[in-house]
Amino acid sequence: MPPRVLILRAPGTNCDVETAFAFERAGGKAERVHVNRLLENPRLLAEFQVLCIPGGFCYGDDIAAGRILAAQMQHHLRDFIREFKDAGKLILGICNGFQALVRSGVLLPDAPDGAPAATLAWNASGKFEDRWIRLKTAPSPCVFFQGIETMVMPVAHGEGRFVTRDEATLVQLEAAGQLPLRYAPWDVAGVSRSERPATASPPLTKGGQGGLAGEQTSLRETPGTFVPYPDNPNGSQLDVAGVCDATGRVCGLMPHPERHIDPTQHPEWTRRKEQPEAGDGLAVFQNAVRYFQ
Amino acid sequence: MLWEIDIHPSPGQKDRLAVGVAASARDLHLAGGLQVSAASGYLLQGTLSADEARRAARELLADGVVERTVVAPIGDPALTKLADEAAHQRPPTLVHVLPKPGVMDPVAESTTRALTDMGLAVRAVRTLRKFWLSGLSDAQLRTLCSKVLANDAIEQVVIGPLKLNRLDIGSEYTFQLVTVPLRSLADDELVQLSRRQQLSLSLAEMRTIRDHFASLSRDPTDVELETIAQTWSEHCSHKTLKGRIAYHDERGPRQFKNMLQETIFAATVEVRKKLGSDDWCVSVFEDNAGVVRFDSEHNAVFKVETHNHPSAIEPYGGANTGLGGVIRDTLGTGLGARPVANTDVFCFAPPDLPADGLPQGVLHPRRVMTGVAAGVRDYGNRMGIPTVNGAIYFDERYLGNPLVFCGNVGILPRDKSKKNARAGDLIVAIGGRTGRDGIHGATFSSIELTHESETVSGGAVQIGNAITEKMLLDVVLAARDRGLFTAITDCGAGGFSSAVGEMGERIGAEVQLDRVPLKYHGLSYTEIWISEAQERMVLAVPPDKWEAFTALAAAEGVEATALGRFVPTGRLKLKYGDHEVADLSMKFLHDGRPPVVREAVYTPPPVRPLAPPEKSDYTPDLLAILGTYNVASKEWVIRQYDHEVQGGSVIKPLVGAKRDGPGDAAVFRPVLSSRRGLVVACGLNPRYGDLDPYAMAAGAIDEAVRNCVAVGADPARIALLDNFCWGNTDRPERLGPLVRAALACYDVATKLGTPFISGKDSLNNEFRYVVPATGDATGILPVRGATVGATGILPVPSGETRTIAIPGTLLISALGQIEDVSRAVTMDLKEAGSAIVLVGLTKNELGGSHFAMVQKLDGGHVPRADASYARRVFAAMHAAIDAGLVRACHDLSEGGLAVAAAEMAFAGGLGAKLDLSHVPQESGYRLPAEKGPPLPAASLLFSESQTRFLCEVGHDTLPHFAQVLGDVPHAVIGEATATGRLQIAAPGAPGAPSKGSSPPLVIDAPIDALKEAWQSPLRW
Repeated sequence: MPPRVLILRAPGTNCDVETAFAFERAGGKAERVHVNRLLENPRLLAEFQVLCIPGGFCYGDDIAAGRILAAQMQHHLRDFIREFKDAGKLILGICNGFQALVRSGVLLPDAPDGAPAATLAWNASGKFEDRWIRLKTAPSPCVFFQGIETMVMPVAHGEGRFVTRDEATLVQLEAAGQLPLRYAPWDVAGVSRSERPATASPPLTKGGQGGLAGEQTSLRETPGTFVPYPDNPNGSQLDVAGVCDATGRVCGLMPHPERHIDPTQHPEWTRRKEQPEAGDGLAVFQNAVRYFQ
Repeated sequence: MLWEIDIHPSPGQKDRLAVGVAASARDLHLAGGLQVSAASGYLLQGTLSADEARRAARELLADGVVERTVVAPIGDPALTKLADEAAHQRPPTLVHVLPKPGVMDPVAESTTRALTDMGLAVRAVRTLRKFWLSGLSDAQLRTLCSKVLANDAIEQVVIGPLKLNRLDIGSEYTFQLVTVPLRSLADDELVQLSRRQQLSLSLAEMRTIRDHFASLSRDPTDVELETIAQTWSEHCSHKTLKGRIAYHDERGPRQFKNMLQETIFAATVEVRKKLGSDDWCVSVFEDNAGVVRFDSEHNAVFKVETHNHPSAIEPYGGANTGLGGVIRDTLGTGLGARPVANTDVFCFAPPDLPADGLPQGVLHPRRVMTGVAAGVRDYGNRMGIPTVNGAIYFDERYLGNPLVFCGNVGILPRDKSKKNARAGDLIVAIGGRTGRDGIHGATFSSIELTHESETVSGGAVQIGNAITEKMLLDVVLAARDRGLFTAITDCGAGGFSSAVGEMGERIGAEVQLDRVPLKYHGLSYTEIWISEAQERMVLAVPPDKWEAFTALAAAEGVEATALGRFVPTGRLKLKYGDHEVADLSMKFLHDGRPPVVREAVYTPPPVRPLAPPEKSDYTPDLLAILGTYNVASKEWVIRQYDHEVQGGSVIKPLVGAKRDGPGDAAVFRPVLSSRRGLVVACGLNPRYGDLDPYAMAAGAIDEAVRNCVAVGADPARIALLDNFCWGNTDRPERLGPLVRAALACYDVATKLGTPFISGKDSLNNEFRYVVPATGDATGILPVRGATVGATGILPVPSGETRTIAIPGTLLISALGQIEDVSRAVTMDLKEAGSAIVLVGLTKNELGGSHFAMVQKLDGGHVPRADASYARRVFAAMHAAIDAGLVRACHDLSEGGLAVAAAEMAFAGGLGAKLDLSHVPQESGYRLPAEKGPPLPAASLLFSESQTRFLCEVGHDTLPHFAQVLGDVPHAVIGEATATGRLQIAAPGAPGAPSKGSSPPLVIDAPIDALKEAWQSPLRW
């Protein structure tokens, strides 16, 4: 029995069709469901094995990316999502879905005082950008990246800079293997820079100039990153592109695996003499499907 | 109670808003000593306790990791104080910027709903931005407010503390029927009335209306007069180009009864006739977009619109509602096509024009450009439609009239391609609510802009709400698939007036205006009827489907309202409550307009020789052309657009080894389960039009088609769109060149077999203003004198009235198809050692070229396309690409061979060595030296002759390639190298070195330097 995948769509979600297509290609059975249906009948969730929140601009990303959907999840769906997690099922958030998972506290628990553990802030470049990036994985329990070392796929976002509440949170997440996906230099020649052990804690400059003074330097030398812009497209701490919870079954990532399941989606496919059978991103969906087989 | 919640960046986080303001101020050289701090904020009206307001801030409005908040009732001093005020050297001035009441504020709408969902009693929300500024004089502060912080068309500035006590707007409306005493008016009074009411109707038209109502023995109501004005507007009826034109050029006179019918449409009719049973056009020039066959289950639709005048006044809103409008054209085609790609083409004045001395009422071109790009970005990205293709063209004459072309491609099931509203169907409005937005947009877009337009026409400017449109789109497509409606059209210019009037043209319609859902109270019945509020569509829903339709809309949170019914009366009846406010004959409304009669004259300018300077090194010229804004990399804009959403991307706008080379055309798979692709490209070259609009139009078609062919599209399956943007065509010498361009469209399209399937025109793109009468504001403005091509920024005496007309601009957009996307080709060189082959003839055609532009040379021969020959070249190129014989292919356009070679080299990260001696020339090819004097090096390098491609071909496949090309002119002119340099050898010429040594290099540069010249101008 292929696992049933609930592709959650809200007003402004716009990657639902291709994400459903990717899950289907990987062998899953995907169904696009409007969030209003889930709010009317949250028990619907229990009929599925995978919950995926795809990319887009839910509710226009008004206030902040993913914020309003996150508020709905917090206020109306929290218990049902917890049950879903506890039943050993999978949750995946891609781009806007990742933003919603982070802001709702589903992915990383809030501190006892209610403060969020981390956020996805505005890109250091200050703008939305669509570009292809290379990713490498770090050791982690994350179901979605098992067996994957590197991938290339596009990012397309304005708010993707992963920032934790404090350094201790970052260190703890890394130690627990909860930062499984990192931006890496695109060119092989530059790999040596990224091959510094991902477990080492980089210098985290706190405070800083902020405001106008820090503007020029922040693009290339964001504190706490190894990989310079644009290979780290947003200035995420530790070059983090994807995060998982402690179980490895709940995961969010900024890049779009569903945009690289076909060889001709690769930006340099016309430079290759031979084409692979599939794009790198398909493995992410296959891992999710295989988990239930 | 009115709460204000301010959101500041946490210490250590970048103040994005402030950084943006500082950068814009720097660009405009506004203030050297400026210091800025900024916050965004929300005003909440409702019965909230302090705890509840803080909860709203904490749980919804602010990010606890990177932001901090100030929450206080309005008027509280905490709101005006800045935490790090010490960072400012002088005490800062506080400036608030808020949307004007009634202006679309999407974030406020979402916030209201989200707060309500949290159980908070909020009645209204408004967003704001606030700035603490220091280091400015009062005059500088005022300039900064008007040029950077706010746009007066949509926003208000409050300096100092905010003093507001409520946010909700509108007051109760009391019905009062207004009639316009038209029958008694004399001619001059008719003209005055048309102008005063912004009807944009001519005297002949006003007389016709007066006489019509005289025959009915009554005066019209205001809403009747407005309905007629909307329907007869240039924007809605295209009366000039579809009208009678007496044309005269050097070949003599020609009378048109309907100019477009006899040129553009006629070409399509002829092409379809020749195709016979293979005709792949489905619906042309009748629906909201053109429709062609795609595969066995789907048709493809394509439309490009302009939104020029609104973008001149409010670039962001103008561009985002422009894109929103054309997306609704696609959605309103047949029974609703699914939008799959956007294309956006802009024309601006150069962004480095001096900021001082711009004519009054003109926004600086850099501000226009960044605003327009942001408008397209925010709308296109939110809609989830990839923006796959575009162009930006610069010319000083676009200063007062920037052009914004927004295009959309859609996919439509074949059995849903026709609409057919029936008598008895309900008239249903769906989507956004109606406000005073954009009243008189249709008539506004049909008039000249003046320096006062900014103030008098502000109401015609709108902001879009993409999410409302995305929700609308989701509902329409679901309803289409369930067969819940019989017709659909978009509510664009003219609002309900146009939408209902068009849909019910052949039936008759009755509308109850008080049923229209409103954003706020107080709209009159006329305002409701002609409002151009965005994100609305009108559908015809059979009564037995109404229940299912409303249930579907409600399930997705979309408002749908039955406003009335189509009735077989042939009349348009409007009611407000029990009052009848309009009763018009559909026949008079749609066929009663007197024909527009225009004269058009074209006098060809004398051809003056252009003698290119003879040089031993043209590398500086190549670098200069690569660095012109037209040629330079547009990566800054492209990366801000999501060009890959929907997952069908095959050839992206940026290609090559570093993913930053200029692709010729976009290729994508609109149906994910299929390998068949759509191809989108465009052609535009206003500079040629200064020399000959015929050559300009022919060249634009050639360019659009060859861009498609260059990536692998089948030239036998390319559909075209025309978009004419012109100056004031009441003047015969302005209309003449347009007619001449339309004649070229007919000639070229019929010969190429490329039908036009839709189009749109925008006339009256002229800007009139009075040169300021003060000493230091002499008025620096673009001037083109009698000598074509002599552009310059000249001071003009004050007090004079000046008019800037845009150069006649024809955008040709092409929609091609490719059977299997895996055969597509990109333009970047792939491998050192491959042969480089030039396909097509190079002629002495430097007229209007970018070489002439950077050398400031006038005259010369403009590039001329020979369409019959081009058809052979395109077919042969396609055969070669389809057979897998071409590793890279790039079309030759601005900057000719040298620019194409440079772009291919740096995109591929490879060098190239070429020899101009081998370039196929007009006087014969393969062995030009034996058949006549060769062209000078400058022409060989930079001539912009049409119908040429530069190809990379593997040596092993060269014979096969030559065989497929047959008698199409082509020659191996060099090879790709691993040197990292572009080296081009001079043709054999007097003074050439003796035998044995290699000819001298006329171009020799590292590809990194070429790339830097190309990337640096717009690396913003």
